[in-house]
Amino acid sequence: MLGAEEWQAVRLSLEVATRSVAVSLLPAIGIALLLARGRFPGRLLLDALVHLPLVVPPVVVGWGLLMLFGVRGPIGAPLNDWFGIRLVFTTEGAALATAVMSFPLIVRSVRLGLEGVEPGLEAAARTLGAGPLDRFLTVTLPLMSPGILAGAVTAFAAGLGEFGAVITFASNIPGETQTLPLAIYTATQTPGGEAVAARLAAISFTLAIGGLLLAELIARRMHRLLGRA
Amino acid sequence: MPEVALRHRFGRHGFALDIAFRAPDSGVTALFGPSGCGKTTVLSAVAGLLQPQEGRVVVAGTTLLDTHAGVSVVPERRRCGVVFQDARLFPHLSVASNLRYGLRRAPRDATGPAFEEVVALLGIGPLLERRPGRLSGGERQRVALGRALLSRPRLLLMDEPLAALDAARRGEVLPFLARLRDAARIPILYVTHALEEVDALADHLVLLDAGRVLAAGTVEELTARTDLPLAARRDAGVLLPCTVLGSEAGLTRLGFAGGVLLATLEAGPPGTRLRVRVRARDISVAIEEPRGLSTRNILRAVLAQILPTGDGPEVFLRLAVGESTLLARVTRDSVARLGLVPGLELWALVKAVTFDHRVIAAGPSPAPDTMLDSPA
Repeated sequence: MLGAEEWQAVRLSLEVATRSVAVSLLPAIGIALLLARGRFPGRLLLDALVHLPLVVPPVVVGWGLLMLFGVRGPIGAPLNDWFGIRLVFTTEGAALATAVMSFPLIVRSVRLGLEGVEPGLEAAARTLGAGPLDRFLTVTLPLMSPGILAGAVTAFAAGLGEFGAVITFASNIPGETQTLPLAIYTATQTPGGEAVAARLAAISFTLAIGGLLLAELIARRMHRLLGRA
Repeated sequence: MPEVALRHRFGRHGFALDIAFRAPDSGVTALFGPSGCGKTTVLSAVAGLLQPQEGRVVVAGTTLLDTHAGVSVVPERRRCGVVFQDARLFPHLSVASNLRYGLRRAPRDATGPAFEEVVALLGIGPLLERRPGRLSGGERQRVALGRALLSRPRLLLMDEPLAALDAARRGEVLPFLARLRDAARIPILYVTHALEEVDALADHLVLLDAGRVLAAGTVEELTARTDLPLAARRDAGVLLPCTVLGSEAGLTRLGFAGGVLLATLEAGPPGTRLRVRVRARDISVAIEEPRGLSTRNILRAVLAQILPTGDGPEVFLRLAVGESTLLARVTRDSVARLGLVPGLELWALVKAVTFDHRVIAAGPSPAPDTMLDSPA
């Protein structure tokens, strides 16, 4: 039904989305904790910075990444010179661009999950002898896990469709950075590519619906596990 | 002997707390007072969840807080078991895991009742596999009691543990609280604004009002005083320690230091110790031995004192009945009509049905009590 190149686009999209979530999950939890619980100067600034990709055009985010992580950029140059790591025009670069774009989605969701944790429960854990790390791992983290999972699934679903930042930073290279939306775009630009575009769009649609259903299922199961249902 | 002294002001002109008291080494010390008098703040400061501006807290010989010496032990090392009003069970853990949460983190050398003992004591065996979300309010509170006790604390702190429950559930949990008190062997600070709970559980009472200690002492002492807000309540009256002697004509015979009371309450087998609140408004007095009355309890008494109740038309009579003190509430008019003066011998009349639903703390039965020896 699908050609080899089309399969490649689907696989690549899944890979990029997975890697983007894997890269951003832990930092997102850290930032969410900092934003929800931390009291430090510049908290508002950090909050704004994290949410920037939601409001700035994706192309601008891609351009910014190009400036920073390009082979002559302030971060890209040392990465390239010292470690031989090049991010522009690579799958890793596509994952990075996707991660930056979906980062605020995870942070928001994790933060909501964290704010849903009754502080009284942590106080109770304290009186029962649990130190800071202990009570975070045994009380806070499990109780905020629905927020973490919801954030991860949403970011994954959104990551499958990231276009602007990826094409700007990682370009549109089949097999390397040409994810589903990029392949669809390419097909619409190719004479006689309508059928390919339609098939890919249908897959895109199916993946999105599947992602949403999965998120809902996980949410229900978590709520049951946490005894809230 | 737990020792608490705290000074704290919320905001520049806000509520100020200035409190000091000692609690006995075992039994329940109730912190009693109206809402907003600072009871819960005291508990939070003892648990370490609130850092007072000035204070000293010593429990079982260990200084937990001494602001002058710069000592403030973190809550997780204070070993103060807290029972919160809203139970605060961990919703993601089973009842068994909740119970073991504190136990696992208790110091190895800490002693206390074993897991199975506590489960049996609180009757929560059938709930062990359940999640807190599937428990009733009363069950939740029983599990919370067990969890706190199993953390092997040096002191138990209870913050209105029954306040969030309806009357029926309170009645369900209260006997378990009494059992826990008798089994715990550690001091318990119990915050409440419900006199009923004081009657049922407290041995010692610290009366709080507007951030200050009005009075502290045994429950019997304080309920016999007429200068405290306790006396202004409709249900004011002394708390009388009694022992069930047996039954007579369907009534329960209760021995107290000074005589015998007949009551309609069902208190348990002979030997059961309990406390009965003899409400001042339920006692009337006669200057001659009354005859032909339905009233079953007619006690010889000596009028010790006549005390004002405030500005109203009533006064308190302090009556000495054997070694016990009773308070009676009568009108000034009656005092004048009967010519009541201190030193006068009287008959105090208490209806047997007065104690109905006043079953208090069914304590452990053995321990022969001196009050049994008093002439009936």
